[in-house]
Amino acid sequence: MALRRASTSTMHFAHSDLLLPVAMAAAAGLVGSVAVMRRMALASDALSHVALPGVAMAILLHLNPVLGGLAALLLGSLLVWALEHKTRLPTEAVIGVVFSASLAIGSMLTSGEELLEALFGAAHRLGSLETILGLSAATIVIAFMLRARSRLMIALVSPDLARTAGINVPRINLLFLIIFALTVALGLRFLGVLLMGSLIIIPAVTATYLTRSLRAMQVTSVVLAVASTLAGSLAAPRLHVEPGPLIIVIAAAVFVAGLAARRGNRVAR
Amino acid sequence: MTPSARTPARALEVEHLSVTFGATRILDDLTFSVEAGSSLAIIGPTGAGKTVLFKALIGAVRSEGTIRWAEGTRIGYVPQKLDIERDLPLTGLDFLRARADVSRAPASDVPRVLGLVALDAGIAGQPLGTLSGGQFQRLLLAFALMGRPTMLLFDEPTAGVDEPGEEGIYALFRRLQREEGLTLLLISHELSLVYRYADNVLCLSRWRTCFGPPLEILTPERLQEVYGAPSRFHEHDALRP
Repeated sequence: MALRRASTSTMHFAHSDLLLPVAMAAAAGLVGSVAVMRRMALASDALSHVALPGVAMAILLHLNPVLGGLAALLLGSLLVWALEHKTRLPTEAVIGVVFSASLAIGSMLTSGEELLEALFGAAHRLGSLETILGLSAATIVIAFMLRARSRLMIALVSPDLARTAGINVPRINLLFLIIFALTVALGLRFLGVLLMGSLIIIPAVTATYLTRSLRAMQVTSVVLAVASTLAGSLAAPRLHVEPGPLIIVIAAAVFVAGLAARRGNRVAR
Repeated sequence: MTPSARTPARALEVEHLSVTFGATRILDDLTFSVEAGSSLAIIGPTGAGKTVLFKALIGAVRSEGTIRWAEGTRIGYVPQKLDIERDLPLTGLDFLRARADVSRAPASDVPRVLGLVALDAGIAGQPLGTLSGGQFQRLLLAFALMGRPTMLLFDEPTAGVDEPGEEGIYALFRRLQREEGLTLLLISHELSLVYRYADNVLCLSRWRTCFGPPLEILTPERLQEVYGAPSRFHEHDALRP
């Protein structure tokens, strides 16, 4: 895949333009911390693909692509949840089967530049309504993740223990999938379908092996997601590349550096 | 699994309980009851459905028949084992604090339950995946006690615990029963401990099911029927000082 060069019209960021990406990254870091602990790393990436047919349909119908993507993601989450509970298959298997097909359907419905933009995002100047809606969605995601943190933790360690603690396990699982879908939708314009899944997962995976407690892991995951997003957004215009891929390259570089540092520490011990 | 108050002296009533996985019937037409504040030990060979019975009681597997809990029942459950990834960044204290948060218990409940199960706070502060079998089991017991249960379901209380540890756990059970009226359901292979501590025994096996006080159930003939082979249990084992 050739590196796409950003057009000059999308190269300049105002500081206010960074507010939504930062909120999006914070939400992604929090959601990712739970997704990784639920062993949903690969499934999360695949789940984000379901947005593509929705984006494609919205483009065909001249609707807002983000709304199309969000609708498809919410439908996809419900489908995953229902299949998981009806068939008792692991989430990974269900998502793997259903949403790889979504990528194929979506790519048949879209073409050329539109497909690239849906997959990898682009630096857009967002309207004030879009920014307000995005910030509201990010606030909902962050508030849910902080409020439901304990229930999510217990349910991921043991659904049986969660039941005896009075937690409605199917309900908390469904809510998490919906929040996950909302988080992917948040990044659709900026990072695209493929890269938003990566922003949710990579900083959280890095945080998992750098920390030993829940609070440290979640804080590290958020900090890494936000730092990668800021660094990528600010450096992209100077490097004449789109910010989305650069953000993920930076997050992946931090992952590799962290891994090397950890190995170094172990050897030193 | 809706608690009801039909028989206040009964903590749990089970009638005609059956569990089927695919074409295999794991539990078949099981009926028994447990009085409040008493101890019921569930014994039987591997694969007899003891853990499945617990899962049916907590609603984790589908079952047929009736399960009736006394009104206001709060269940604490200690599973035999959990598969925890070694690298999971979740400490024992994280886990207990999450439980306190869910039940809106004060933060002081965490040191209280750690004291009850004699688990050092420093050990509880380590990631779950690094705890030894015995430490992890004590943590799970602490987790179960966080909700101030009225009914404790404990799958193999002595698995992964050394002999003084076993005595400590049973002494704790006695204390909780005396002080808080806790009702106990225990799955155990330690027949000598069952003999000493249980008020009633429920035996499960492919060959037969039986229910009654230890003196009636833990006879060589009955045990041979349950386990399908002569049992090594002798009454004097239970009377060791």
